[in-house]
Amino acid sequence: MSKEHIKSKFDEGKAFMPFITCGDPDLETTEKLIAAMEKAGADLIELGIPFSDPTAEGPVIQEANLRALSGDVTTDKIFDMVRRVRKTVKIPLMFMTYANVVFSYGAERFIGICEEIGIDGLILPDIPFEEKGEFVGICKKHDVVLISMIAPTSEERIGMIAKEAEGFIYCVSSLGVTGERSNITTDIGGMVRAVKAQNDIPCAIGFGISTPEQAAEISKVADGIIVGSAVVRLCGQYGRDCIESVTEYIKKMKTAIL
Amino acid sequence: MTENKGRFGIHGGQYIPETLMNAVIELEEAYNHFKDDPEFNAELTALLNDYAGRPSRLYYAEKMTKDLGGAKIYLKREDLNHTGAHKINNVLGQALLAKKMGKTRLIAETGAGQHGVATATAAALMGMECVVFMGEEDTVRQALNVYRMRLLGAEVVPVKSGTATLKDAVSEAMREWTKRISDTHYCLGSVMGPHPFPTIVRDFQSVISKEIKSQLYEKEGRLPDAVLACVGGGSNAIGSFYHFIEDKSVRLIGCEGAGKGIDTFETAATVNTGKVGIFHGMKSYFCQDEYGQIAPVYSISAGLDYPGVGPEHAYLHDTGRAEYVPVTDDEAVNAFEYLSRTEGIIPAIESSHAVAHAIKLAPTMDKDKIMVITISGRGDKDCAAIARYRGENIYE
Repeated sequence: MSKEHIKSKFDEGKAFMPFITCGDPDLETTEKLIAAMEKAGADLIELGIPFSDPTAEGPVIQEANLRALSGDVTTDKIFDMVRRVRKTVKIPLMFMTYANVVFSYGAERFIGICEEIGIDGLILPDIPFEEKGEFVGICKKHDVVLISMIAPTSEERIGMIAKEAEGFIYCVSSLGVTGERSNITTDIGGMVRAVKAQNDIPCAIGFGISTPEQAAEISKVADGIIVGSAVVRLCGQYGRDCIESVTEYIKKMKTAIL
Repeated sequence: MTENKGRFGIHGGQYIPETLMNAVIELEEAYNHFKDDPEFNAELTALLNDYAGRPSRLYYAEKMTKDLGGAKIYLKREDLNHTGAHKINNVLGQALLAKKMGKTRLIAETGAGQHGVATATAAALMGMECVVFMGEEDTVRQALNVYRMRLLGAEVVPVKSGTATLKDAVSEAMREWTKRISDTHYCLGSVMGPHPFPTIVRDFQSVISKEIKSQLYEKEGRLPDAVLACVGGGSNAIGSFYHFIEDKSVRLIGCEGAGKGIDTFETAATVNTGKVGIFHGMKSYFCQDEYGQIAPVYSISAGLDYPGVGPEHAYLHDTGRAEYVPVTDDEAVNAFEYLSRTEGIIPAIESSHAVAHAIKLAPTMDKDKIMVITISGRGDKDCAAIARYRGENIYE
């Protein structure tokens, strides 16, 4: 069961979850990165399926999406890559993409393939609680967990979101889009407490985290850390030669939250 | 499950990040409170009448009617509004609403620059801060409007991401809104985006059809047989259609920017060439590839150069209540020149798309039929670009 698979990673201690954009710079590199990140200590991995207009992303991940799409990456090619990688990689893998990528493929068909190739969860930042009905039933049927998100502005909405959430809750640390931030001012401990009051579910914090110091600080009040832009920045900087620098970065971050 | 809000058939909805959910809920509550508030409506009507110059004229285009030899043609002159387009109707409503909500800052996207200019105008009038996002390519195509916005005190942010046109300006305005919500209202310019925007913008623009209806009753004592308007996101069109939707005898015709033709990739005719998708907060028709990647669209008109269409139009198309026809660049430019010469009215290149279809349609209608074309904006802003299209370089 995907739910248990995801949960088991949080039971082992604080979880570290890196994000990469599939096909940035190409799918061979993505395949190598997934294996290398698992080896370096990643507990779960978020795999971005590129979208032409990623409205929740800051400049770093926007550019990664464009790099990937300019290399003719498609949803089908990404499915094939995951199929190959699943022969060796055991940790939970999640797809992060935009609603239209799933909807246009056919939600039933897309999520059915996710189950077949061993994807544990789906993160759709433009599907809030009110719109999840269209996807959540199909996800349940195929044992793919639709991850719920909460934000600093969620306030009284946290209760209803947490109540129906499964796997883990993606807590958005700050206002705005993805990207590294020197300062995170949200009361993350408060957000996590509001979740736990409703549902004993792991809370992973994302948006803005890049340094081991931030990760260490935030992991004191949360169950896991999600890092996207800082990893993607390395992919952008080193291209096909990014494996080594990403591996080192993951080790450093994982050590910081142990 | 809570109620799934703001649907037009299967279209519409609220496909936005959780960060923005409370903002749109707050907006909906405020709108529901103020829309029937007599004081709010009195204030808005005063602004529309005394500041924007409403009601706009319904003009009998006698020369055009005679020249085409068919239906009697009336022009709804939204081009005569303050700031030169229908955009001001919506902006005054939203700015007033934002002010009542305690917001001090307006952000907006703009394509041709008309909505940006209208928002900058309302911000100046109401003493609010204003930031307008505009595709970098459009800042070049519409340099005069960039200057007008700055003159009015707004900051204009050129958007370089993606195709650097209207869709990217919308994306960037949405990103900006997630960064700063508490003091900021996103003044969306068309009947698109997440609920409640398609409803709010439609309501504020519906003054167009309300006036057409009463003005035509006064002049002709009856309903029109056809109403034509151009459709990008579709705000002037829905405004022109709205009070006729229940009058089934009135043909409602939206004219899309077909660019170089709907059999080419250089087109922005969303209803004619797109398929259902989810983007920019709504479910509707979008130009996209087989994997759901949003297509780079093209139209000579920066205001119609958008890969989507408002959800209520998608619904009116699905139900067959309205028709959506493609109009090419060439046809629009010919119409731009035709109306200028025939009636002495220079229409916006956007509105010229509706004029172009009227030129085709009017001769096929009997002389006792009546057609209304909404001239959504004036064409001064387009003169340099049309001159270039005809191979002539002019310098402003």
